[in-house]
Amino acid sequence: MSDRRRLVLRLLLLGLVAVLLWVPLYFEAFWLQTGLFAMSAAIGAIGLQLLVGVTGQLSLAHAFFLAVGAYGYCFLAGGDQSAALQAPSGLGLPTWLAMIGAVVFAGLLGALLSPIAGRLRGIYLGLASIGLVFIGQHILFNAKGVTGGFNGRDAEPFSLFGFSFSNSHPDNLVILGVPYGGLERLWYLGLLLVGVSWWYAHNITRARPGRALLTIRDSPIAAAVMGVNVPVYRAAAFTVSAMYAGLAGVLLALAFGRIVPDSFGFLLSIDFLVMIVVGGLGSIGGALAGALLVSALPQIFDHYSGSLPLLGDPGGGGLQPAEAARFLYGAAVVAVLIFAPDGLSGLGRRLAGRRRAASPLLRTDSSKESTA
Amino acid sequence: MSQFFELLISGLSLGCIYALIAMGFVVVFKATNVVNFAHASILMLGAYLVARLHEQLGFFGALGVAILACALSAALIDLVLVRALRRQGGDQDTLAILTIGINVLLGTELSRRVGTDLLPTGAPWGSEVTHVLGVTVPQTRIAAAVIAIALMVVFWLAFTRSGWGVAMRSAASDPEAAALMGIPLGRVAYGAWAIAGALAAIGGAFFTSFPAAGVNNATGLLALTAIPAAVLGGLDSTGGAVVGGLTIGVATTMAAGYQDQIAFLGRGLSEVVPYIALLLVLLWRPSGIFGSREVSRV
Repeated sequence: MSDRRRLVLRLLLLGLVAVLLWVPLYFEAFWLQTGLFAMSAAIGAIGLQLLVGVTGQLSLAHAFFLAVGAYGYCFLAGGDQSAALQAPSGLGLPTWLAMIGAVVFAGLLGALLSPIAGRLRGIYLGLASIGLVFIGQHILFNAKGVTGGFNGRDAEPFSLFGFSFSNSHPDNLVILGVPYGGLERLWYLGLLLVGVSWWYAHNITRARPGRALLTIRDSPIAAAVMGVNVPVYRAAAFTVSAMYAGLAGVLLALAFGRIVPDSFGFLLSIDFLVMIVVGGLGSIGGALAGALLVSALPQIFDHYSGSLPLLGDPGGGGLQPAEAARFLYGAAVVAVLIFAPDGLSGLGRRLAGRRRAASPLLRTDSSKESTA
Repeated sequence: MSQFFELLISGLSLGCIYALIAMGFVVVFKATNVVNFAHASILMLGAYLVARLHEQLGFFGALGVAILACALSAALIDLVLVRALRRQGGDQDTLAILTIGINVLLGTELSRRVGTDLLPTGAPWGSEVTHVLGVTVPQTRIAAAVIAIALMVVFWLAFTRSGWGVAMRSAASDPEAAALMGIPLGRVAYGAWAIAGALAAIGGAFFTSFPAAGVNNATGLLALTAIPAAVLGGLDSTGGAVVGGLTIGVATTMAAGYQDQIAFLGRGLSEVVPYIALLLVLLWRPSGIFGSREVSRV
């Protein structure tokens, strides 16, 4: 029975991948752009899930590490001297090296800050991490030489072995009659990155480190007694999560083409928290679903604001699309936490008819459920 | 030197406002174990109501309405939403995330209503200033300080002397024993939320009065700076809230006043000073200055 179900799941997954690969052939630029934002959000959400949902450390600093990744990439790859004199400086490294460098840099910063994170207990960590976001944004606004200040800076298009993920090099690339511009090419890069991110997180959670982290979440003392080095694992989770955020930042910079400090504020951190809560705390697949929902909804509302009921025109009276999306996911957080603590992933699991796994972060005593 | 005293006095008066807001935060945390992010949007609700109603009702009338409305909505948030999750045994982090969700809802609605406007609160002292000990201080700040100190004294008396205070302190220190002694935990909980709401309304009205320009759609975000004030002193210490509030008030005012001297640290430093102070203090004392350390028992 379970073998057959596994086969069905595998087939479904294969079908999904095939559909995703086919998307750029059919969909217009808007959907590709929305999809790229969703992919960036998905990578970031997986990272936050590992920290909050799996290890049980609340962090609101995710936007900060996203900014580190995005600006790190632009700094390492940028710095074209032939451009305007006022352009922010950069190292002009190959873009693939810049991507790796940005992720490593985000990880290093995460590792540097993790002793602080390890020292703070429970809710105090969440509260302290808010500070990081505001301080980070302050630096982004003021370190003009590197970040370009308020106006931000351009992201160098990603290229690999002379193949550029932009509108040129090779120029006029046409596949099956569809012109493949920057967005179409980035789509595949994004898919690859999301796939690798998911696979890595999936393996972490299913293997020894994942069990250790889950034990830390449920009871740090029990974990320590079982021989888990709690501070080291906590620091590692913090670092890995920061690296995920860094990668998400790089992809975001590539999708936007230009980054500004305003995109990396406290609200972005909240968005990521909403993603993993709505998706279901502790579930990697749930993080993906939550990321898709939270990042795509405002864009889609915006795109169809004319034809959706209850929505006003952009800039006019009535409910704005962005506000409508915020209302919807604010309500989703409240509803999920009160009525369905395991979020979308729990919903999916129940639909698939599988036994419900113990929901993370919430109910530590499962006695109530098992007797029911 | 006179500039220093001027900034100190002005910082302390701003600190009193911060202390009021932080006290609400602490009261809720003590009574219900909830880190209440929705406090920021409740504060904005109070300020918004004062700004909208002061023309019909006068400043104090509007403030009265705002206090009632904020107390009521805070109590309702506890009764309808937070209590449900608390009953399910939600832990601190989950409860905090719930209030973040509530904050998104209420904050979005308020900033939608404010739009791009800047609404003055119509405080009767306007932009007038008084000279205290040779130092210039805005009159709204003096009024805020007097009211804040009066409220703090009332609270201290209520906490230590009244039956309500005893009920609340016992509910905070050992909920189970308190319930067995016949203390109605539910009533203590929403009572605490209502008080926090009222404090947020008063704090919000003064927070957005002169020298601040008024209520705009960023007020909710600015109100988050009260969180460092509450955390710095220790989340479960009312005295700590006062110390934290004063610290943040003085630190922000100093950073704004001496911005030319510290220009190398970047413009607009005063907005992030609360967070820098928060991180520094937490590094030194992970549970705030007066916060009780978490003890884990096996």
